[in-house]
Parts: sequence; structure tokens; C-alpha cells
Amino acid sequence: MKISIQINEGPYQHQASDSAYQFTKAAIAKGHEIFRVFFYHDGVDNASRFTVPPQDDRHIVNKWAELGIKNADGSDVELVVCVAAALRRGMLDESEASKNGIDGNNIHPAFRISGLGQLIEAGIQSDRLVVFGD
Amino acid sequence: MLHIVNKSSFERNSLKSCLNTIDDTSIILLIEDGVISAANNVNSYMLADLAADSRVFALQEDIDARGISSKVADNIKLVDYAGFVDLVVEQGTAVSWV
Repeated sequence: MKISIQINEGPYQHQASDSAYQFTKAAIAKGHEIFRVFFYHDGVDNASRFTVPPQDDRHIVNKWAELGIKNADGSDVELVVCVAAALRRGMLDESEASKNGIDGNNIHPAFRISGLGQLIEAGIQSDRLVVFGD
Repeated sequence: MLHIVNKSSFERNSLKSCLNTIDDTSIILLIEDGVISAANNVNSYMLADLAADSRVFALQEDIDARGISSKVADNIKLVDYAGFVDLVVEQGTAVSWV
């Protein structure tokens, strides 16, 4: 079954991203296809490549990133960050940084910035959309 | 339909709103702080009625993390993340009361 995930909260402050990660992993283990993971609102902070948690703590960003590399049938899990939510929180990829004249970017390469249309498409293309928030 | 509640009823009214809203065939899954409502000393007659009808589930990992595994109310079924996935698959549309 095709399942998509929406995450509305950032890492470490709320359980949403952890729950969503465990759910996504379990779904992949069961052979389901994760069509897309959409990071919305404060959820965009899950995509920062500058995240450095203490060594004995889980690295949420890397955990998502690793999931993006290997998925159910070998296809990638799409990790999509909402562009408007990201830009207003200072989360930029290379292209958005140069477009806005900012001298740095912090989106992890496993994630990509895109529009809200991607969430709507995920809702249409998937059999299920599960929202994790606070 | 699957209704996912992730907040304790001491913090938010989401469980109450959910209980007042759902139809006769929907089921409830308690996750995160929502599992606090699964404790047997947190009284909710409406939830107990639904549980007696085998329509209330709670996430085992979140129950364990909060140290309430020994006081889960009668008839509330525990599921792990794999069971969570199965509920999403079986129950059709999933609504998160966030």
C-alpha cells in the first residue's frame, strides 16, 4: 500500500518526528511503499544538516536522511520540505540561498525543498496520509 | 476510519472532541501522551464503552515509556508500530487529532 506522512513539528521538542520515523520504518519493514514524507510548519527543522545532538542521543535528521537512501523496493523515500515554511524559518537549500542572496544553505542533501502542491499530490497519489503533529 | 489521539486529556480536549464526534464503526488509537488516557485510573466512561466494543488501541512503546504498562484499563488493546501500520491499512482514512 502507498502511504505518505506529514510532519508538523521539529525534532527534539516534540515526539511527532520520532513517532513518524518509527511508523515509517515499520511500514517499510512490512513492505509498504512510503510515497512521500512532507515536512510542514516547524517540521522543516527536521531537515537541517547543521543539527549536532549529543553523541549519546539519536540523530533525528540523519535517521530520516538514511531512510531516504534505502526504501522498500529500493526506491527512495521522498523527503520534501515545504518551501514557504522553510524560508521563513531560515532553512534554505543552495538554489534558494542564491535566489535570495544569502551566503549559506542548511538543508540536508537527502531532503528537497518544494511547494505545498507536493503535499496535495501525496494525498491524491497515496492510499493513506498519516499526520504527525502536536 | 482511524482516529489518532496524541495528547493527554489533562492537557487538551482532543480525546473528548474525538469521542463526541466519531461514528459507530471508527476506532481510536492512543499514541504519545494520548496513552495517559489508557490508564485505568483516568476515568472516561465513553472511552471504556468503546474499549468494551474492542475499538480502542494504545501504542505499547508509548505506554512503556510513561511507566503505565501495569495500569492499562480493561479491553484496551496494545499495538506496536507494526500494529499501528496495520490499523492505518485496515481502517482506511486516518485522522490525527493534533
